[in-house]
Amino acid sequence: MDGKAIVITSGKGGVGKTTSTANIGTGLAQLGKEVVLIDADIGLRNLDVVMGLENRIVYDIVDVVEENCRLEQALIKDKRYSSLSLLPAAQTRDKTAVSKEQMVEVCKRLKAEADYVLIDCPAGIEQGFQNAIAGADEAIIITTPEVAAIRDADRVIGMLQAEGLGEPEVIINRIRMDMVNKGDMMDIEDMIEILAIKLLGVVPDDQEIVISTNKGEPIILDDSNSQSAQAFKNIVHRLEGEKIPLMSLEEGFMEKFKRILGLG
Amino acid sequence: MLDKLRKMFDDEVDSKDLAKERLKLVLIHDKINISPELLEEMKEELLEVVSKYIEVEANRLSIDLNQDDQSIALVANIPVKELRRRSLEDVSESD
Repeated sequence: MDGKAIVITSGKGGVGKTTSTANIGTGLAQLGKEVVLIDADIGLRNLDVVMGLENRIVYDIVDVVEENCRLEQALIKDKRYSSLSLLPAAQTRDKTAVSKEQMVEVCKRLKAEADYVLIDCPAGIEQGFQNAIAGADEAIIITTPEVAAIRDADRVIGMLQAEGLGEPEVIINRIRMDMVNKGDMMDIEDMIEILAIKLLGVVPDDQEIVISTNKGEPIILDDSNSQSAQAFKNIVHRLEGEKIPLMSLEEGFMEKFKRILGLG
Repeated sequence: MLDKLRKMFDDEVDSKDLAKERLKLVLIHDKINISPELLEEMKEELLEVVSKYIEVEANRLSIDLNQDDQSIALVANIPVKELRRRSLEDVSESD
């Protein structure tokens, strides 16, 4: 196989990189794709808990590059999909434990076996970021409708261009249509215009995500089809090259009614 | 709805428009790496030079950085009071 490596990055922390990586990866596996998730946030590993795989870790990415184990030994198989696995970050080491060249090599070897290698990038633009993007063929930017998050996204887009990852696409996370309608949150068009970048998807702010993270089960597994689960499913299909229109995020009748009455 | 009405009466700006304006400005400054103080300094010097030739309304002068697509432009708006016809006068005096 000759898959592609996609880095999921944002600049700013706390905008939903790890949650997005978990959901997109799980969604691609649901479509039968071979997927490997890499947690590149060495020292602050999180992707394992979001995926609910934290109890299965034996080896990590640092063990792989230091040759304490084979690459296959460090890969943790997902509980739900056999075509999905996770290469965890080390928790007791720091960003300098893996070099750019080693990261490129790991990505190359994983791409030979998988359709998709998704790299969960640490926040910031220092070495951890540089390492995470080194082995990537493409990039997805996660941002939220806030000045600080978009400023950081813009900076990261510039840095990706300098590294030859020139055409990243953006996911706008945690949008609240009730606030957009009130004029209290930037709308999608505003943000796309400012960032001058292609939109991959929009994920609504959804308390179901908190619940799914509590359980260690990505929301995309949710059969009740919450809006955020649907949003991630659409993103996954777009990555697979399908043309899926943006889903309607308009408020439902009751929500609108409540908002107008000031009960929302 | 109540919010909308309140905003209409108070002449209040939507906070999203504030966010957008602040964001645009901060991105332009990030990109060209010029501080507002430096811009102010440039404005003073520009005024000095232009005033040698044209009488301008100094207090209405504005300098902004505008971005469209990929290029950033420095846009100066300098209202003119009156052209100093110095060069012409110089010529007539020497006659």
